[in-house]
Parts: sequence; structure tokens; C-alpha cells
Amino acid sequence: MTRQLPEDPIIRQLVAQARRSQLSRRAVLAGAGAGATALALAACTPSGTEAPTAATDNSANDPTLNWANWPAYLDEDDDGNNPTLDAFIAETGIAVNYLVDIDDNNTYYAKVRDQLVLGRDIGADLVCLTDWMCNRWIRLGYTQPLNDANIPNKSNLNPSLVDVSFDPGRTNSLPWQGGFAGIAWNKERVPEGIRSVSDLWKPEFKGRVGVLSEMRDTIGVIMSEQGVDISGDFTEDQFQNALDVFREQITNGQIRNVAGNSYLDDLVNEDTLVAICWSGDITVINYEAGDKWEFMIPEGGGTLWNDNYMIPIGSTRKTNAETLINYYYEPEVAAEVAAWVNYITPVEGAQEAMLAIDPELADDQLIFPNAETLSQVKVFRGLTSAEEQSFDSAFQAVLLGA
Amino acid sequence: MAFGAFAGTPATVTEPAVRRRSPVALFLLLPGAFYLLLFFLVPLFSLILTSLQAPREFGDIGQYDYAFKWENYVTVIETYWPVIIRSFGYAATATFFALIIGYPLAYFIGVKLRRFPLWQALALTLVIAPFFISFLLRTLAWKQIFSDEGVVVGALQALSLMAPGDYITGTPFSVIFGLTYNFIPFMTLPIYTSLERLDLRYVEAGGDLYASPTSTFLRVTVPLSLPGVISGTLLTFIPAAGDYINASRDFLGSTDTVMIGNVIEANFLVLQNFPAAAALSIVLMAAILVLVSIYVRRSGTEDLL
Repeated sequence: MTRQLPEDPIIRQLVAQARRSQLSRRAVLAGAGAGATALALAACTPSGTEAPTAATDNSANDPTLNWANWPAYLDEDDDGNNPTLDAFIAETGIAVNYLVDIDDNNTYYAKVRDQLVLGRDIGADLVCLTDWMCNRWIRLGYTQPLNDANIPNKSNLNPSLVDVSFDPGRTNSLPWQGGFAGIAWNKERVPEGIRSVSDLWKPEFKGRVGVLSEMRDTIGVIMSEQGVDISGDFTEDQFQNALDVFREQITNGQIRNVAGNSYLDDLVNEDTLVAICWSGDITVINYEAGDKWEFMIPEGGGTLWNDNYMIPIGSTRKTNAETLINYYYEPEVAAEVAAWVNYITPVEGAQEAMLAIDPELADDQLIFPNAETLSQVKVFRGLTSAEEQSFDSAFQAVLLGA
Repeated sequence: MAFGAFAGTPATVTEPAVRRRSPVALFLLLPGAFYLLLFFLVPLFSLILTSLQAPREFGDIGQYDYAFKWENYVTVIETYWPVIIRSFGYAATATFFALIIGYPLAYFIGVKLRRFPLWQALALTLVIAPFFISFLLRTLAWKQIFSDEGVVVGALQALSLMAPGDYITGTPFSVIFGLTYNFIPFMTLPIYTSLERLDLRYVEAGGDLYASPTSTFLRVTVPLSLPGVISGTLLTFIPAAGDYINASRDFLGSTDTVMIGNVIEANFLVLQNFPAAAALSIVLMAAILVLVSIYVRRSGTEDLL
């Protein structure tokens, strides 16, 4: 007779893990006399089978919240305070600890993965990650479902963002900010500008082209150029065609810089003259390093991505997190944030609210894209786990020259 | 172990007559032994187990089960052998240049400046000074200096030493330059320690015996500074072979200059392919151990082992 598993989710997980790995370990370590150490180690390195269970919400007794987000992604005044967040704290009494912890989807995931697998607290009750990473978290059961009753302002969500492939009806995620991937060029050095992705492959730009190390954006715009609908059911062959172009341009030295957040340095020091890049960043460097760059959505089409709020499975402050989400879905608050971060706000009504803050920004296509602009961009569809592994490996193989 | 070579003094000191073993000495060893066990042996064991994991059937990204999949090693070596060879090539080249630059520098500070303690101290401080600034910032600064529109490329192009379309960043040159630059202090300081103790009367004796300055240098100075040279080359070569900052695309490298550290990083952080990353780490560790053992034996300093 098997004993009933203990209540504690962590211990349950450990026991399940130990049971599962018994056979293979016995085979490996037979005679090595290291079984005990291996058991201890197996416990330290969770690999995760069943989805973890959500932590109990303790918001009522614990008015605090840890929010992990990307750099330069929340309004800030000259003294380094966050006016909208301070107003929220004053209004609700929830002490928010704003953590600028996320620099890269993959790196952040690698950092918190082991806790997520066990359903433990990752030190953040609210995280903002990009669509495809949300897809992975939701698929693996690392998020808690949102309680719509606590987020009445969810009705302000832009209708085009409600039924996304990775989270239909937005039960586990809600967009924070979004942006485009498109092309940009140095206006001084390339006065005639560029219009499409194939312009990047012109001989005069050899060695001066930069692209993003974010697979979905770089391959996404190349696929769009080739006439593939990246939000539709494209095939592995179609992905491969775009990857072939990418590999060829890397091998022949046309593309020299492939970077994540650091690509802006290459634009500023002019190693990169033309690039595939993110919309809001160009606004920022134009502001910081002289008005020298221009961004556009390439003729073939660009990508549209969102960073989304999610509540990690181990958070005990779910209601607090929902209260904060609801606050940032007020059109006036959303407009205030958008005026500072220059990315697309998902909140309907923010455009009207922006008229009061800065009428010029209310017409900015990079913050409030109209239907025509939106028709030029597509969201890269959610990949299955097998596709994700195969596409990621193929893309990394090009970057590693292997 | 080859790492005995790091010790500054030649290990030719004769052992004192066997003493009574003191329990206090063993007791004092405990913290160190415990530290090694906890932070070296256990992680190493975990790394070996990880390197043999197999992907879970129908599993998601990053899900692996303990197994005995030694094929992981075959796969990573097959896929990445050019990168492994490139890493050791870059590391050896950088070590060579660091030695060429570091030895004269150490000689100058340790021998020529011996009569001027103040200058000697100042020169030593200058060797260490780069450590006061973050290694990452210094490497980024080189990226700026070598940028396409920067002073170096501009000057070389104006002098027609470089073609208009040529560049420096992202080439093997810039990566080897970065490695050399970053490891020069690690080369210079051990050589300095050896040369600083060089008894100049030996050099004088060489002259008295009608040896030319060259042969005095080769037969007296170099052998006496050999322990420093060996430590310096090891301190440069081992970390340089595994370095992933200089060759990273965000710093001085590009897709053409990928080193083994970058592959491990990508497999671990981006692809969540932990077995491949672990197997590569072990391959790297084994390759370094073999190379270093051969090197130390060949250089005729087995007594340092």
C-alpha cells in the first residue's frame, strides 16, 4: 500500500521527483555508492513534470507587492520617483516594491525557472514578459488565473489584444505595453533612407547592418518580407526560407551586429547604419543622442509584440497584483505612462486622455497606431513546444556559427 | 595537480624530517576541505549527472530526466569542435602576446626599477590600476575605440592602412586583442614575483664567465623566472579559453568569433539545453587539464606539479 503524499506542494513535488528518477538513477549509479548524494542533488535540480499548484492568496493580511519589470518602462520624474506608482501607493496603501529585474526574457526565465517548477515564490508577484515567453509560462502552468472581478478596467483592453493565441480571452495575462519591430536608419549617413528589409542587403551597407537577437522579430520581419503571414499557420519550410536568408547575410558579412538590448550602442557609435530594431527605442535614442534616426515599418510588414502582466504561480499577493493591474488600465494613468515610455498602450481611451497631457503624442503612430498602421504589422504566432525548440536551436546555430 | 605550479616558489625545498602529525593541523584543514567538498565536488558531480540527462519524452523546453546518455558528449563535440579549437587557438595566441608584452614589463619593474622603490611601487600600481574599473566597462570602452567611426579605424583608413569598408570590431583580431589586454596583469604579476627575487650576482657571474648578455639572459634569467612564466601562462590561458565576454556579440565579437563560453551560455540561458551546456563544460575542463599537464611536463618543471 502506498502512503498518501504529504500536503505541502514542495514536498509532494520532491517525493514525486525522487520516485520518478529512481529507476534511471539506479541504472546509472549502480555500484557507485553515490545514490544518496544523487538523491539530494536530484532534489536540488527540479526538472518539473506536473504543473505546480498556486499559492494561497494572502493579500488581505499583506499589503505589499513586488513587481518585476524592464528598464525604462515606467514613468519617472527628475528625482527618480515614479509618479503614477506613487499615486497608486497613496491611494491603496499597498506598498509596491518596483524591481527593474528583467533585462532579457531568456535570462530572467533561467533565473526563476527552478522556483517556478516547484511552485515557489520567485521574489516577484507580478512580472511583465513578452508574448512568446508568456506562452511558455502559461503552457507550463507557471501563472495564476486572473480574477476579472478585481480588474473591472479589463473592459478597456484594446479588442484586438483580447483573443491572442497563447491566452484566448486573456485569462492569465494582460498586456502592459507593446511595440513594433521594424527597420531604422541613420538619417545623416543614409539620407535616402530604406523602405524594405531587402534594402538592408544592399552592397553599400555591407558590414553595417544590425539585427535583433530576438528570433521572432528578426525572422518575423524577414518572413513578412517573403510574403508569409507570421500570425497564421506558417510551415517549418517557410521559417527555414527566412532563416536561410538570415544565414546567408551573416555568412557573407552583410550583417555584422546581432544584439539584444545593446544594439542601441551600435547605432549610436555608427557601427550600425541600418537595422532591424524596436520602435520605442528609436524615440529614446533620438531624444538622448541627437535626432539622427528614423524608424519605419518595412513595406513587407513588421511585427507587433506585447509585454504582458502575469502573476507567478508562487505569489501569495494575487489580489494586490490585480488591484495594480486594474489601476494601470485607467485610461488617464495609461496615458501618463505612455507619454513617458513611448510604447503602445493597450488601454482604450488613453488616446483621448493623452490629448490633455500632450496633444502631439496623441497622434504618434508608435504610441497610438491607427487601423492603417496596425494593418502593416502582425503578431508572431504562438509556437508549440516542439516548434519553439527546433526554431530556437536553428536560430542559435546561425548565431554560434555552428 | 598541475595547479601546484601556481605556487611562487620552486618546490625544491627539502622536506623537514618527519614530524609527529598534529591533530590541530588536520582540524585547521576542515573549513577548507568542507568548502572544496561543498562548492567544488558536489557541483562537479551535479554537472556530470546533468551532462548525461536525456530530454523527457513529450517534454517541454528545459525538461530533462536523469539518464546515462553519454551520446550528449558525442553530439556536442561533433557540433562544436570548430568552436573548441578556435577557443584554444585564441587563448594560446592571447597568452603568447601577453607573454611578449608582460615579460619585458615585469623585467623592467622587477629588475631595472629595483633601485627606485618608489617608481617600482608606482609601476606596479599602474599594472593593477585597470582592475579598479569593471572588466566589462573596459571591454566596452575598447569597442567604442575600435568602432567604425572611431579614431583608430579613422586614422588607419586615412593612412590607407585599412580599406574604406574594413572594420575591427567583431573580427578575430579584436577578440584576441581584448583577451590579451584583459589578461596582461595576470601574466605580468607572477613573472614580476619571480624576477623580483632574481639574484643579480648570478647575472654578474655569467658576465664574469664571458657569457654574452643574450646567453646570460637565456641561461640564467629565463630559467630562474620560469616558475613565474609558467604560472603566468596558466593564469592567462585557462580563463582565456573559457572567456565569454570578449568574444560575446555584445562586446568585441561577432558570429564569426564565437568561443566555447558563448556556446555554453547560449545553451544554458537561451536554449535551456542543460545537458549540452554541462557536457561542453566538462569537455572544456578535461581539455584544459590535458593541455596544461602536457605543458607543465614539457616545460621541464615537473617538480612544480
